[in-house]
Amino acid sequence: MELKKINEFTWQIDKQGQMKVPAIIYASEKLLEKIKQDNTLEQSKNVACLKGIQKASYTMPDAHNGYGFPIGGVAAFDMEEGIICPGGIGYDINCGVRLLRTDLKVDDVLSKRKQLLEELYKEVPAGVGKGGITKLPKSVLMEVLSKGARWAVEQGYGTEDDLQKTEEYGNMKADAHDVSERALQRGMPQLGTLGAGNHFLEMQKVDQIFDKEIAKSFGIEQEGQITVMIHCGSRGLGHQVASDYIKKMEDKYGIVNLPDRELINAPIKSELGQEYYNAMCASVNFAFANRQMIAHWTRDVFKKVFGSSDMPQVYDVCHNLAKFEKHNIDGKEKEVCVHRKGATRSFGPEREEIPEVYRKIGQPVIIPGSMGTASYLLVGTKKAEEISFGSTAHGAGRVASRSEALRTLRGEQVARELAAKGIEVKGPWKGLAEEAPQFYKDIDEVVRVSHKLGIGNLVARLVPVAVMKG
Amino acid sequence: MVKFKFLEHTADAKFQAYGKNMEEAFSNAALAMFSIITDTKKIKKNIKKGIEAKGHDLKSLLYNFLEELLFLIDTENFLLNHVEEIVIHEKEGKYFLEAIAIGDKADNYETNGDIKAVTYNEMEIKEEKGKVMVQIVLDL
Repeated sequence: MELKKINEFTWQIDKQGQMKVPAIIYASEKLLEKIKQDNTLEQSKNVACLKGIQKASYTMPDAHNGYGFPIGGVAAFDMEEGIICPGGIGYDINCGVRLLRTDLKVDDVLSKRKQLLEELYKEVPAGVGKGGITKLPKSVLMEVLSKGARWAVEQGYGTEDDLQKTEEYGNMKADAHDVSERALQRGMPQLGTLGAGNHFLEMQKVDQIFDKEIAKSFGIEQEGQITVMIHCGSRGLGHQVASDYIKKMEDKYGIVNLPDRELINAPIKSELGQEYYNAMCASVNFAFANRQMIAHWTRDVFKKVFGSSDMPQVYDVCHNLAKFEKHNIDGKEKEVCVHRKGATRSFGPEREEIPEVYRKIGQPVIIPGSMGTASYLLVGTKKAEEISFGSTAHGAGRVASRSEALRTLRGEQVARELAAKGIEVKGPWKGLAEEAPQFYKDIDEVVRVSHKLGIGNLVARLVPVAVMKG
Repeated sequence: MVKFKFLEHTADAKFQAYGKNMEEAFSNAALAMFSIITDTKKIKKNIKKGIEAKGHDLKSLLYNFLEELLFLIDTENFLLNHVEEIVIHEKEGKYFLEAIAIGDKADNYETNGDIKAVTYNEMEIKEEKGKVMVQIVLDL
């Protein structure tokens, strides 16, 4: 496969075969070496073949092998000619990250970490088969699906200010009736649960500030300040919505002409396309409500343990979804359907989608690391709007399989190594081994590329001090 | 005979399951899937769940069968010990499956990780001379 170097961090696969546009990969040489080792580039080319795709099929620096789209894939489609593709959004619809800040300093919390984790485990349900507070009645779930985080705030979980500082203000317009009975059934016991796998709730300290002024605008005042990060999504409900519509689209359109069965799609304006979009938005709302509730319980725990509960939200970003957004294409502003699968929106100043408090600065972009490595706070840019449909990376991205992780590492050992680095962890041993930091890409390198390219600029580096793994 | 084997995959879980026939390979695929989150041998045989699935080809039948089991995890906290009385049949180009899943409630067992979804990514079903292999990638 011919990969053309455009500049230090930009690579291109020219249009060939069925491709309607080129594929553009944003990576350093070091990250590209990893990316080449799996099926990412082939998947990026496949995306370039989809109907109505605009400009290029983009691949973010943390990309790895996905299903259909690569994880770290971004593509925008014409509203009339284009398609919507569940495989371009992922099974965990609105998997995302929320960042809260505190007035606490690292010295205030170190001795209380064990207690904090114990209390968090009590308050926030996590793991397989661990249900939420109560099994919701269907009527309430329907309300959650149409109101998102707003529903949670109305129930007393958090504040209006949280909604202001959430992507889409915590609520996408959705018709919950396009969500199947099965998806509802999976959702009912799971609202307000963290889930498992790579999802986590982490207490962090600000390790380094790169841009003092912007950091201050985001409420990050000094190194050593404590923040809390919540990483989770729409749980079984979102997964079921993805599966349901993959099936429906297969039944309607067949799979014969697809380069990959997971790229099944429907025209955006078709009935089925609209139904999927609706159900997707409802799942997005479920995930927003989920993070809102978990944030609320986290505040309760902090209040109990530290006697302080003033924990304003910095922001909440999604990294698996599709949205209708206006972008400049060939000199004209045009509405397109942007798919971000394992990619974060990264809008620069003045976009109306950004809350007023941040509108002059740019959107906060939150990039979670893997367990035990740094996470980053970035700021969105105009440049991202020009070269990546306003998107940047979403995380570290794996480099090794979970089975390899289990062969080579034991959870106890991982916990010891993290403890030696000053990080307290709690979670199932096997899970700790699977999610160990050495099996993820170097997140420092991922955000360096984002910053150098200018698609998401460095604001602050956050390192974990206590981790609760799902 | 080895029931299943995990293969390298960067992000997710990829495995092959084997059997003398389609039914056995499907049952072993279910075992493989649950082995990701728990030790299936330790799960008591306290609960029986009837499972039905259909598909317009064998691959979608496999996808839908495994998805039924994921549904049981989320809605009933179900963990699998094994699958029995599994029957697959074809009628006018469509495929149907019936089986009984034996296992227990998750509450009393150690579990780990999560399975988000079954995918069609790199899915393969191979049948030759009394041997069946199915390959699946799960989104974790």
